[in-house]
This record gives sequence, structure tokens and C-alpha cells, in this order.
Amino acid sequence: MPLAIDSDLIPFALPGTDGATHRTEEFAGAPVFGVIFHCNHCPYAQAWEDRLIAAQRDYAARGVRFVLINANDPAKYPADDFTHMRSRAEEKAYPFPYLFDETEETARAYGATRTPEVFLFDDRGVLRYHGAPDDNYENPAAVQHHYLRDAIDALLEGRMPATAQTKPVGCTIKWR
Amino acid sequence: MRIEFFYWEECPSHDEALARLRAVLREEGLDVPVHVIRVDTDEQAAARQFLGSPTIRINDQDIQPPGENRIGLSCRVYYTEEGRVTPLPTTEMIRRALRAAQPE
Repeated sequence: MPLAIDSDLIPFALPGTDGATHRTEEFAGAPVFGVIFHCNHCPYAQAWEDRLIAAQRDYAARGVRFVLINANDPAKYPADDFTHMRSRAEEKAYPFPYLFDETEETARAYGATRTPEVFLFDDRGVLRYHGAPDDNYENPAAVQHHYLRDAIDALLEGRMPATAQTKPVGCTIKWR
Repeated sequence: MRIEFFYWEECPSHDEALARLRAVLREEGLDVPVHVIRVDTDEQAAARQFLGSPTIRINDQDIQPPGENRIGLSCRVYYTEEGRVTPLPTTEMIRRALRAAQPE
């Protein structure tokens, strides 16, 4: 089961492609914090990737922070190993840390099952949105419901997101 | 014309891809059966040369070159005409492949 809405942020400390270990404490001051399970090889993750990058850039000035976490077993999916993660982060100039959950403990703790899968927390570290970034993985121009952006806007304005939960759509996380 | 539709259950949206394929067949006036083949294991993927879900072959020809896709159980990466990544083949991609497979 995924982490339930209104649950507290689950701490983690994971290595990033930037060479640093990123801990949840470093995001404590963010008014909105997104923990997004992601990977390299999945077409759903790739299809939404530019939209995640754009959202991070658009909201960075307001203190919104995302981290992307890859928990896939690289033995089964070599495109998701740390070397390829680093290449992807550089190629796409990720504006957020890209973290490797090698033990998969973080993904299991969050109850994540798909890539991408968004867990969005408020300034007190309480989960306020969980699910897909929006309602159209195929075509960004055809999106009708911008779940992630709408939830961020709501939280920045001190409101609860109108939609707190949607079904995550994407590849399954590749467990060891 | 022989049309095969391969899918892996863990990858979502294969139902949508199959519906799209059947819709294009109707639009093109082609009354051709679609052989739907479920792939569940690495061994089956290797035997079928399965490049990810969904994969559509018309007369043994894949509707898009393999690109970065590898043989195995995964979701397949397609590229739209505009260069976007998408998990599903587009209507136009399917239509073009069907027309190319028909005799002059």
C-alpha cells in the first residue's frame, strides 16, 4: 500500500548522481517537497520527464523542491544503473537531485510501485498529493488535469489540493 | 496480411494500444484478424524477440525500428513524428505501417 494521504514524510539518505548524499533534512525548509520515483528506461518516466523538469524550474523561485529516486534493480535493467543515471541527469540538466535507492528500502517504505509516482508534501512534511504528474502521458499539449501543478499551487496558497490522489501510471518498479 | 500484437501484462496501456490498432484497421477498411500474444517470461521474450510492450508486427515487420529498445520484459519506447517519447504507438505510426504492408 502506498503511503496514505496525511502521513508524515519518511526520512531517507540516498546517494545522488551529483556525488552527494541527500537527506530529507536538507529539504525541511521547502514549502512544497516532491519525492518522485523515477527511472531511466521506462517510456512513461521519459514521457513525463520534461514536464517534471519544467515544473521544478517554474516553481524553484518559490522554494518548491523535488527529488527523483530510482529504485530499479540495475541487474535486470542496466539502463537504470548509477552510471546511466548520472548520464541521464547530465544530458537532461536535471534541476533536482537524482538519487539511487539501491536497497529499495525507500521505495518499499513509501509503498511506491510505478515510475513515475509522485508523493508531494507540504511545509510540515505531510503528504498532500500522491499519484501521476497529470492525466496524459502521451501528449503534454492534451493534458486536461495538471494534478502535480494544481497541488503545488494549492499548497503554496495554503489550501488543500482539490485532488489528493490519482492512480500512478507507469512501469512497475523492478524489485530485486 | 498477418498482424501480431505482443504485450506484457505489467506494462499499462496495452488495452489502449490494441484498441487503437483495431480502430485504425477499421478506418483503413481492413478486415484482418489481430493475433494477440501475451509475453510473461524472459524466455518467451527471447523466443519472440520481444522488444517491449506493446509491440506490433505486420507481416513480421515491426512498425518502428528497435531503437534503444532491448529484448526483454519491459515497456516499449516509441518516438512520435515530433520526436517525443511515448509508451504507445501513435495512430499515424500504425496507419503508415499498415499502408506500407499492403501490395501496390
